Amino acid sequence: MFDALSDRLERIGGRLRGRGRISAQDLAEALGEIRTALLEADVELSVARAFCDNVAARCSIEELSKSLTPGQQVVKAVHEELISVLGGETLKITYASRPPTVILLAGLQGAGKTTTAGKLATWFKSQGRNPMVVAADLQRPAAVEQLRILAEQAGVGFHSFGTSPVEVVKNGVDEAVRIGRDVVILDTAGRLSIDEALMAEVKAISAATTPHYTFLVIDAMTGQDAVHTAKAFDETLALDGVVLTKLDGDARGGAALSVKYVLGKPIAFASTGERLGDLELFHPDRMADRILGMGDVLSLIEQAERTMDTAKLGESAGRMLAGQFTFDDFLEQMNQIKKMGSFGSIARLIPGMGKQLKEAASQFDDREIARIEGMVHSMTAQERQNPDLIDRSRQTRIAHGSGRSVADVAALLKQFKQMAKMMKSLGGGGGMPQMPGMGNPLAMRKQLQAMSQASPEQLSGLLGGTPTGATAPPPWAAQKPASGSKKGKKKGGRVTPPKGR
Amino acid sequence: MGMNAEMLLAAVDPTLLLVVFSSVIVLGGGAVVVQRRSGQRRETPPSVPAPSAAPVASTTLDHSSGLGATEEVVDPGDAQPLVVEAPVGVEAAAAVVAAPPTVEGSLQKSRGLFSSLRAARRLKAIDEGTWEDLEATMLRADVGVATTALVLTALKEQVKEGLISDDAGLFAGLKQQLTAVLDRTVRPANGELARTSSDEAVTVWLVVGVNGVGKTTTIGKLANRASNEGLKVLLAAGDTFRAAAGEQLATWGDRSDTEVVRGAAGGDPSAIIFDALQRAKAKNYDVVLADTAGRLHNKVNLVEELKKIRRVADKEPGDVTEVLLVIDATTGQNALVQARQFTEAVSVTGVVLTKLDGTAKGGVVLAIEAELGIPVRFIGVGEGVNDLLVFEPRAFIDALVGDDQLG
Repeated sequence: MFDALSDRLERIGGRLRGRGRISAQDLAEALGEIRTALLEADVELSVARAFCDNVAARCSIEELSKSLTPGQQVVKAVHEELISVLGGETLKITYASRPPTVILLAGLQGAGKTTTAGKLATWFKSQGRNPMVVAADLQRPAAVEQLRILAEQAGVGFHSFGTSPVEVVKNGVDEAVRIGRDVVILDTAGRLSIDEALMAEVKAISAATTPHYTFLVIDAMTGQDAVHTAKAFDETLALDGVVLTKLDGDARGGAALSVKYVLGKPIAFASTGERLGDLELFHPDRMADRILGMGDVLSLIEQAERTMDTAKLGESAGRMLAGQFTFDDFLEQMNQIKKMGSFGSIARLIPGMGKQLKEAASQFDDREIARIEGMVHSMTAQERQNPDLIDRSRQTRIAHGSGRSVADVAALLKQFKQMAKMMKSLGGGGGMPQMPGMGNPLAMRKQLQAMSQASPEQLSGLLGGTPTGATAPPPWAAQKPASGSKKGKKKGGRVTPPKGR
Repeated sequence: MGMNAEMLLAAVDPTLLLVVFSSVIVLGGGAVVVQRRSGQRRETPPSVPAPSAAPVASTTLDHSSGLGATEEVVDPGDAQPLVVEAPVGVEAAAAVVAAPPTVEGSLQKSRGLFSSLRAARRLKAIDEGTWEDLEATMLRADVGVATTALVLTALKEQVKEGLISDDAGLFAGLKQQLTAVLDRTVRPANGELARTSSDEAVTVWLVVGVNGVGKTTTIGKLANRASNEGLKVLLAAGDTFRAAAGEQLATWGDRSDTEVVRGAAGGDPSAIIFDALQRAKAKNYDVVLADTAGRLHNKVNLVEELKKIRRVADKEPGDVTEVLLVIDATTGQNALVQARQFTEAVSVTGVVLTKLDGTAKGGVVLAIEAELGIPVRFIGVGEGVNDLLVFEPRAFIDALVGDDQLG
């Protein structure tokens, strides 16, 4: 969601990198760009200003000038500052010694309180708790009904009895005590911070139930008003944290930064999809990484370590970098990845994933893997070991064998060969001595990033290996039709894959 | 802490490499395969946007060209069991607010901001601080960096040319600039919504937007407005995804004394629109006002679903004459992206700006109008059935900048 911001910082970084010496003016310019990027990401103005001042304090011009990668230095300073703002620990829920633990949700209309109530209940249930939701939004038509349905879907308790919100929440907590529910989530009506009557009401709800946690539900798309709203709710309710919703959109989410900065209260949960299970604890450090386009590397690694056979992977990675990666390795790898979960959700975590691939990942249908595997399985053992063997007639056979079209097979082959070649060049085995090798994680990351940001067609252009990808096109680039000329074409527009032999 | 990631990254490079490797193969290559399939329900996330199966070298964000062609034929037999709810027509009166709200009143907060700025400025000559204040005020109102820069540049030019020399002139100039941005957009008079010119067809107004902006509420208000104008309106509860969205619309139907066509929860929204059209045709309704589920504009399958809804609504006897995009005034710069994406998908004809009764300024509509030329048609200023006002550029800007004469 912070993609655009990281793109922007990336560009600034790129510009500084091109300079030999950094002047005060260069730095001021970079900071100006950062400020603009923050504002476009909906970071509140005064927060953006303060943020830039702090970044400036972290960058000394002398050191920038000495650095070979001044852009990286600035990005690093931004990163550090982001972490210090978003930072602190992930919120850990402490359950009440005398249950139930009461959680109050408040916020503006349409922020997603009711949905969040359902998701939170699901989350607590997954933590082994026995939650109950209480619908105290008597204002919006059918809000109670909505929560009742969500509770049913989540398989958690539901209660809504009474004529006023205060009465409803009191009854709800009493009922929870009576039937032994240990977490109670109170959904309240959306209200404007300037509506005094409604703010008094939510205060009364809070007073009647003394919640252990009071969360403000905030839409990640919120603009400059987020700070104002958060402040007003904090003054009325003494918030314990924030739940950030609609993070699966493409809003840059500056509101998260602003609210954290101004309130100093943690962002406890983040909602990342429409399903009841799409709510997770908010990880500030990962978010900062994401802002800088590093992807959610930690999540990816955690997942990988839990499930993958690293010894086997190391082996095939070695082969890959040596330029000997085969379809057998590919199959093995797909098996490992499948163990980690849905392919799309994994691919999405890859650092610096480009927009197109990311979108592809988020919409990815896992059955597709079976189809690709089908094609690979239709190859002979020899072909899998040596993909270069596969000529047109073998392609036709494979297509028949797997029930795909020849073009599908050709596309797979093309993709495979391009990636294999790129990997080889990454490993330094491609006869490019200037290439950064495995020893340099930063350069490595750049490579990965450049790679995953490219569209498949652009990948070939990246094979030259520099992070900017501005090298002479590889031999087969000439086969590409002129840019744009085939845009509207749907089927016939595919290039004939290079005959590799 | 951040460096943590790097260290870890160095440690597991092979793993990452492999995952990246496979991803690119599967996503890139797979897209070629997937592209031809369709089917766009939430339950089965289908079509990949195809990281360009067509060999186009430039990065293009437009995935629609490839997918849009997947024509779907709607089978009427696919229609859900439908419920037609008769209006109860009670509470309607209760929901009516005594004195209709005004743009001025609902924009008090923004006005306060600009006015206090004016009070401060009146004491000084135009200097660097003046510009900074102006910039800050516009940015805080979510006007956006680009539009703010545009307006300020024009103002600075006028100051340089000597056309503006004092604060009074500066504020008049600001107002003029902002109004000019809105005046560039063509806006039907009196908030009139277009209707079909054919005697045979049924007018369809489609209401779209992301989650939680107030689509259903807006429909309730629009229905009320249209019936007050003497139109016979049929509501189509096209949000079959969110729990109880149909019930919510039914309540609004009661309030505005309008009939609602509903389908089963989780059903095909296009089928409901289809049913509504048949019913409207049979019972001589003037307008079908169609609700849709909130959807984030970056979810390709949901946007595809919306395109399908529009296609179905446009089939005989339907004629989609308005596609209204509902935008929440608290939304920041993402509203611009929303407007862009929805327009690309379903040709938005107007914006309804909701929740202007709060502290949010809704300045992003300036950017939407400036960059996309989509007119704001209505503003939502409360939860009552009458809290929908025709958008008046001058009143909006006056309320934003303050309209009192300078002393």
